[in-house]
Amino acid sequence: MLELSHVDMFFGGIAALHDMSFTIHKGELMGIIGPNGAGKTTIFNIISGVYMPTAGTIYFQGSDITPLKAYQINRLGIARTFQNLRLFTRSTVLENVMTSAQNRYINTYKEEFFTGNISRTNAPDPESWYSFIESCLHLGRWKKTEQVLRFKSMKLLERVGLADRANQIAGTLPYGMQRRLEIARALALSPKLLMLDEPAAGMNPEEVFELNDLITGIHKDFDLTTLVIEHHMDLIMKICPHIICLNFGAKIAEGSSEEIQNNPEVLAAYLGSDEEEVI
Amino acid sequence: MKRNIILIIIGLCLALWPLGGYQEGIVILMCINCVAAMGVSILTGFTGIFTLGHAAYMALGAYTTAIMTVRYGVHWLPAVIAGGLMAVIIAWLIGVPTLKLTGDYYAIASIGLGEAIRLILENWQSFTRGSRGFPGIDPYTTRVMAVTIFILLAILMFNMLDSRLGRELKASRDDSTAASLMGFNTPHTRMKALVISAFYCGIAGSMLGGYMSFIQPSMFDMMKSTELTAVVVFGGLGSMSGSILGSAAITLIMEYFRDISQYRMLIYGLLLVIIMVFRPEGLLGSHEVWDFMRFNFRKEADKNA
Repeated sequence: MLELSHVDMFFGGIAALHDMSFTIHKGELMGIIGPNGAGKTTIFNIISGVYMPTAGTIYFQGSDITPLKAYQINRLGIARTFQNLRLFTRSTVLENVMTSAQNRYINTYKEEFFTGNISRTNAPDPESWYSFIESCLHLGRWKKTEQVLRFKSMKLLERVGLADRANQIAGTLPYGMQRRLEIARALALSPKLLMLDEPAAGMNPEEVFELNDLITGIHKDFDLTTLVIEHHMDLIMKICPHIICLNFGAKIAEGSSEEIQNNPEVLAAYLGSDEEEVI
Repeated sequence: MKRNIILIIIGLCLALWPLGGYQEGIVILMCINCVAAMGVSILTGFTGIFTLGHAAYMALGAYTTAIMTVRYGVHWLPAVIAGGLMAVIIAWLIGVPTLKLTGDYYAIASIGLGEAIRLILENWQSFTRGSRGFPGIDPYTTRVMAVTIFILLAILMFNMLDSRLGRELKASRDDSTAASLMGFNTPHTRMKALVISAFYCGIAGSMLGGYMSFIQPSMFDMMKSTELTAVVVFGGLGSMSGSILGSAAITLIMEYFRDISQYRMLIYGLLLVIIMVFRPEGLLGSHEVWDFMRFNFRKEADKNA
């Protein structure tokens, strides 16, 4: 589904990522862990197109997405949330979800007969699209489409438990709810790959427990491939069967949760190695 | 739908209420200023791009219409639309290099561009008669025409904001990075806002030309641009009805103090300071007028329950 192959990312002279390669298969729920500054969010920024990698290639569903811009990558079906919340703070909760629900795209992939290259075409989902003239005049598809968008968005809000807050201004929600709203907003794009950047940051244990269920639930119900960055080790160990551990921009371990927990390099990265203790 | 009916009723009142010649002039001026304010509001209030050069688009509209009607004898209606479209074309040309940037860059660029357009009009003597001004424009801006155009454009504007376009603009205002990661091509979004706003300002300029029957470049200077943006901030960033109300209120207040016209700018400044101190988010904040009505209804319902 998604493959990073030998990706390097340099900011000036600092290597935020070095020779990063991994693959996520369709339907997988994968976790990325690592200490602060290990390059976890940089991976998300590279995949979602905020940064262009210095070297290396990223493949999504078999085609190269490295040179694409953020919005083009998003239209292929990659949605993400943000570590430091980036909601549309002055719009209502419902509008936030509708804003992304109106942006669904249908992608068709075609393998060219002679070259074997895969060509993509993007077309707006006719169910959530209408023209500029129709927006001006509120005629034609406007009414029906808005109803469909509102209905779909409300359903998503119910899923994350925010339906009763639909008309509140998003910026005034409590922190944990803003996080769930971000998830709903990302889901509204009906993505194929969902990337959650520290979804449990700043939550209390109870909220983390609920989030746990939410993530595994949506992963199953929406038939998603999910990539989670997390600091809460217990959350990620519980929900992710496949984990990558990063340190200083390099992958130091990959495997199941037991493998990661018993990996000496991971323990060293998190707890400090023996040599450091001596010093 | 309800909103459209209210707007049409307001329009009918403005157009048909028996008024004297002087009051009629104020109504026309109010409509012109409101159209221009709507244009600036969609760019500044709803897309978050500050502009200090929108009088230039008014100038473009005014001059296009004036030259078409006076020199080439075109009927005023197509000429007014052409005025708006001329502003759109120039805005598009300006937007291509400047709107890739985010933040305050456009504000800085717009000052220069606004002044440049004014100076071109001033120095292109053979075509625009330069600073002597352009006289003899047919006074086609009657009260009915001004009110009709204002109400029509207002309905279109409110419809636009209550659709996918409105949400797209607000998303790119609130967080441009998040908007681009939700699949919006944000430079394109900003371009849409600029083009729509230039169209509105162009039409307002054309109407101003038809009202004054005389235009000159100094009518569209930096002061006018600042006034347009200030009115929108006064009405509330992110509130279209606020911008309209603010613009109408300021037009009326300025007319009221016309007798002491050398102190008009003083009053204007004082008004802005008062609003900024007591309601920093503007007259209506980011709400529309009917939000307050609905809020009150709900309060009433709570009381009754």
